[in-house]
This record gives sequence, C-alpha cells and structure tokens, in this order.
Amino acid sequence: MAAPTTKTPMMKVALYEGAGSEELSAVDRGAILKSLLEKGVAISCIRPGRSVTPPPGGQLLVLGRFNEAKPNEAEGENGVTVRFRDIAGLSVDQVGKIVDEVRGGTPAKPWKPWFPVIDYQRCTNCMQCLSFCLFDVYGAPGGKIGVENPANCKTDCPACSRVCPEVAILFPKYKAGPINGDEVREADISREKMKIDISALLGGDIYAALRQRSTDAKARFSKERDEKRAIAERKACLTKLQQTLQEALDIPAEVMNALPSMDMIKAKAAAAATANS
Amino acid sequence: MPDNARILYCHCAYAKVVPDEVKNDVLRRLAESGVAFDAVADLCELSAKRDPALNQLVEGVGPGNELRIAACYPRAVKWLFNAAKVPWPEGLEVVNMRVEQAEPIVQILLNGRPTDQPAPPEEEPAAV
Repeated sequence: MAAPTTKTPMMKVALYEGAGSEELSAVDRGAILKSLLEKGVAISCIRPGRSVTPPPGGQLLVLGRFNEAKPNEAEGENGVTVRFRDIAGLSVDQVGKIVDEVRGGTPAKPWKPWFPVIDYQRCTNCMQCLSFCLFDVYGAPGGKIGVENPANCKTDCPACSRVCPEVAILFPKYKAGPINGDEVREADISREKMKIDISALLGGDIYAALRQRSTDAKARFSKERDEKRAIAERKACLTKLQQTLQEALDIPAEVMNALPSMDMIKAKAAAAATANS
Repeated sequence: MPDNARILYCHCAYAKVVPDEVKNDVLRRLAESGVAFDAVADLCELSAKRDPALNQLVEGVGPGNELRIAACYPRAVKWLFNAAKVPWPEGLEVVNMRVEQAEPIVQILLNGRPTDQPAPPEEEPAAV
C-alpha cells in the first residue's frame, strides 16, 4: 500500500446551509456529498444552529449558495485559513473542480488503506505477528506489540491474522469474519486454520513438502532419465502446493513467494525477546 | 433525535466491502433528511494517518451527547480509533452497513436505537 505521508495542510469541506444562504435541494446535496466523498474529501453538512470545527492549522472550505458576497479567503482561529466559494448554479462536477483547485489537485492514485488493527481485548502480546511479518509492520516499543509501520503492509494480505492464536488481528477491509472485525466465535478460535502454528505453516509443512517433492522428482528423474520431464513435474508440484496454501489461507502469491524461513522467524523472535527483556 | 446526538457517515471509498446500494442509500436518505452530519471518505484512512479529525469527531461525546457512526463492524471501528490513539468514549454507537439494510440504519442514526433492539455487546474499553 502507498504510504499515507501527505504533508499538505489538512482540508475540511463544509457544505453550508445556515443563515445567509439558500438551502440546496436534497438531490443536489446528495449528489455533491457522494461526488466529494468519492474524491476522498471529508465533509460537514452544516444546518442552522450547527457549527464546524476546522482542522487546526489546516484549511476550511465553505461551500454554499450565499445570499451575500463572501471573502474568498479569511483568517480563522488557530491558524485556520477559511475559504468561501459560492456554488449557486454550479454542477456537481464544477463543485468538484473547486475542491480540487483549493486542495491543490487530486491525489495521484486511489489509496486502499490496508493494514492490521489489533484488538487489545484479545491480544496476549505473544509477538507471533512480529516474528512472522516480513515487512516490519509490527514493533514492540516498551514491550507492547503495536502496528508501527502500517504503510509497509501488503495490500490484501491477511497472513499475520492467520498466525495470531487469539484472533486478535483485524483487517477491516477483509471480506470475511472474524478478520474483518465480525464477532469472534468459539468456532473461529478452534478452527484449525486460525490456530496455525508458525512452524507448521512455514518451517514444517511447506519446506518439508518441498523437500519431499524434490526427492520424489529426483527419484523419478533417475528412473526415467528424462530431465525436462522431471523438472516440469517438479515445477507443477510446487505450483500446486503453493496454490493450495494460497487458496486455503487467502495469502497473495507475492507474499507466499517471499515467506520467511524458519531461521528468519527465529531470529526475529529472538531479537524481540532480547529487546523486551 | 436528541438535540446533542451527532452523526458520522463513513463512505468506505477505497474498498468494495460495504455494499454500494446500502452505503449510497444511507447517504441519500441522510441528505434528504436535512439533518446536520459529518461524512468521511474512509475511516481506515483517517486511522492510518492518525488524522486529528478523528479526535475532533469524538470531542464532547459522552452520555447525553451521542455520536452515531454508520460504518462497518463495531469491533473494527473501535480498534481503528484505538490505533489512531483516539479514546472510545461512552455514547458512541456504531451501525454496521456491511450487514444491515439502509432503512433501519438511517432510523438508528436519526432516532437512536430502539430500546427493544440492544446494541451489539460492548467490550471493556481499553487504554489508548
């Protein structure tokens, strides 16, 4: 996932329908809201008697059908820049262009926020996720496990949640429960795939299976004296094994192909233990 | 709706996990209702960025000053706030657009959850 590191001043949009402005039709209001949300903009719908809290040091863009002229720009409290734009007679697209203009363009690429979220009600601080994750998403400052580098996480990969023995790791945008945040049921905890031990997942099963496939392929090769055929068979076996694991665990091929070795896992676990001792 | 109840709508703009018809219908009905409300493109994004806007959203929330959130699973929303170091105050109600239909969602947002329909079980609040 792309790192969420934008340093531009935060902008909040207020769709103003209070005193000194004309009300929008429900259809226009809904269309403007949907369009701006799709652009990644946060909006406050302001009605009579309701104020908005602007982002400190950021900018507040107030859109409305104003009855009187407003300044283009004004200084608000806490260093907030307040900009007013009259949207009377403008189409939804034109309103969107105003917002893009004020915030300095559109984000280059839609960003899918994909990162693990820890349910500390369930987490036992066992550090399996830290030991497992290849990409240093996790850290344990002060001895408490936490998500330190969310931007390092591989989009659509829920692998660390598979090795958590307590079902304490969520990916809110995952398709299925309990990883998506749905209630954790007894069956989830006892389900075999939720209790996968790291050594079984990586050190035991897969490497042992790969070695076995290799041995089998060599045996066949010596019998058949057909190098090309043996290599092709071996590749097919490896691919099938990987596909089986990918389908069972829903781990992207990119991550599956880069799984850590047992030595790497042990080294990370030892480092974490040393840091916490 | 009690005078102090506020509404937050999450559009989950960067993934397809909330059914389009539900989230768009909820947004349309909120727009038609004429109430004041806050709408964010994606709560996950705010959490990942530890956006101060999340803190602003829960400011003043407590018993008698509810914040009703239309988003996804309450457990996910709660720990997203925690991940952003934002406290999870009492008076926060999450309505799940991944599993519920638009009509009952909007009713809860506008009028509160009926007393005969208890909220999903609350876990103990954790320290942030």
